[in-house]
Amino acid sequence: MLKKIPTITIFLLLISFLAGNFIQAQQRFPKPEFDSGYVQPSPTTPEPRAMALEYFDVFVLLAVLSLASWLAIKKRSRRGLLWLSLFSLIYFGFYRDGCICSIGAIQNVALSIFQPTYAISLTALLFFILPLLFALFFGRTFCAAACPLGAIQDLLVINPISIPSWIRKTLGFIPVIYLGLAVLFAATGSDFIICRYDPFVGIFRMDGPFLMIFLGITFLLLGMFYARPYCRVFCPYGVILGWLSRFSKWHMTITPSECIKCKLCKDSCPFDAIEVPSDQAYRDPEVSRKNLRKFILYIALIPVLTLVGGWIGSKSHIFLSRVHPDVYLAELMITNPELKEDEENLDIQAFLESGETFEQLVEQASVIREKYKKGGLALGGFIGLVLGITLMNQVVFRRREDYEPHRGDCFSCGRCMDYCPVEKPIEEKVKLKDLWRKPKKV
Amino acid sequence: MEKKDKGYNRRDFINNGVRITLGLSVVGTGALALARSSTGKDYVWQIDPFKCQQCGRCATECVKSDSAVKCVHAYDLCGYCDLCGGYFKPGAKLKTGAENQLCPTAAIQRKFIEEPYFEYIIDEDLCIGCAKCVKGCSSFGNGSLQLQIRHDLCLNCNQCSIASNCPNDAISRVPANEPYKIKGDFLKEEDG
Repeated sequence: MLKKIPTITIFLLLISFLAGNFIQAQQRFPKPEFDSGYVQPSPTTPEPRAMALEYFDVFVLLAVLSLASWLAIKKRSRRGLLWLSLFSLIYFGFYRDGCICSIGAIQNVALSIFQPTYAISLTALLFFILPLLFALFFGRTFCAAACPLGAIQDLLVINPISIPSWIRKTLGFIPVIYLGLAVLFAATGSDFIICRYDPFVGIFRMDGPFLMIFLGITFLLLGMFYARPYCRVFCPYGVILGWLSRFSKWHMTITPSECIKCKLCKDSCPFDAIEVPSDQAYRDPEVSRKNLRKFILYIALIPVLTLVGGWIGSKSHIFLSRVHPDVYLAELMITNPELKEDEENLDIQAFLESGETFEQLVEQASVIREKYKKGGLALGGFIGLVLGITLMNQVVFRRREDYEPHRGDCFSCGRCMDYCPVEKPIEEKVKLKDLWRKPKKV
Repeated sequence: MEKKDKGYNRRDFINNGVRITLGLSVVGTGALALARSSTGKDYVWQIDPFKCQQCGRCATECVKSDSAVKCVHAYDLCGYCDLCGGYFKPGAKLKTGAENQLCPTAAIQRKFIEEPYFEYIIDEDLCIGCAKCVKGCSSFGNGSLQLQIRHDLCLNCNQCSIASNCPNDAISRVPANEPYKIKGDFLKEEDG
């Protein structure tokens, strides 16, 4: 009986042809009983990275953040921050292959809040929260030394050019939209766009799809002149960090004692993140009155912009919802019914084979689209609100006597501290090589 | 205009208030995310072999150019067939040359055990995860050849690039302590 297997094979082959895929899991051929003492090997199943190592990553992040905050605020060491960022680049970038990262963790948090079936891992949650809490106390020290994406760009700042404020402010609005879209797409379970378009992960892995590598190299080349382009024009996590950093309890300062207004720091900052002492003009009653009028106008604009944004957002929900594969597939099959015959279209063929009815798919798609309607409203409202507040901030003047880092934009990289010629008041250590940098006594 | 010291106090007060509010909302968001998730344990990506329809995208859609998806042989299910649907091209004549092999990279080694049984071993360095053998084995054999994400190769991306392109939604997050879905193991559980 056992010796007849080849004949049985051909017979069963015919049957299986008829039965198709439905009996896939069935044992068509019984497991043989071996006479020769053959020992059956087991399937190869190498274990994933140990959980302990994942928690070790969190520990490393915590240590790097603490050290970075200490270096930026207490030690005031640009060199220390540079070495630390190099370490983060090697550890979180090249060793951990750019995953897990705090920027992408936004999506895990959004998904776990809105999709009860998804459970966030503790590591992802901590990667999301820790840098934010640090930003709330010490400023964006995460950007300075813990973020591998920031580090790789920071190392390649070669000849940064100063960008006019209005361009920076306009471009600086892109991350807000990106953040909103990323949260919307993650919350509806459509896609993780931050990870999909992460430009540097391909470089960290030295491998990846063409688009990833192309984006990465483009950003690095651009970054030689427009310093840290991803951080300033795209990074959605930077938006949240910036908001928190504005209210941080402590923040890196340019000078250890008193500002002598030498303007060296302003020239040293590649990110245009240093604010100059305020113009006295705003004290002029004429200007002041004008600004007040603008201020009131902008405040009144905030609810208007929020509503308009929400309206546009909910109007565009059909367009946005196409990112979800189910909605895309349902629409495709409605608009191009002839594609059902297309053997090449794997998505449609797989759907037809799955046994699900077309009505079920359309039903699912409309549930998702309903979510997008609410999500689009929230997204538009959010963008409108941020736009309104940004406009309002343009006419709010704060009296500033000295050169100070802009707390929202400053990455705490420490270049300005390095350039500041003012020595610490108590430890008046004059280094010979620094003598030329000391200003003449008047 | 406020007096300098008074202004500072007021600003400090507002700043403190905002800081506490922001801090609470960050922690609150985290707590909400954690509360919505029952476990908080780690996840890895894995293919459900029963959902997989062997479309071949695993070979091309992985972010790594050498895909982390490989064919894994569940020996428990294997019939040790001489005419293996996963090894030979359909219609192949037995005991002829290599041109009869289905695998495009010749990653399956065929070893004689005893008459009439053959063992099929996957050379994972050569396997590209194209699922051609899996398709053959599932259509004509026991389905003991199956695709799995190999966790020594997988980078565990936040969003698996293959999962977003899988037409059958066969790839999902599974708990990291049960990282594989090997067909034979499932059947064993069903048997009790």
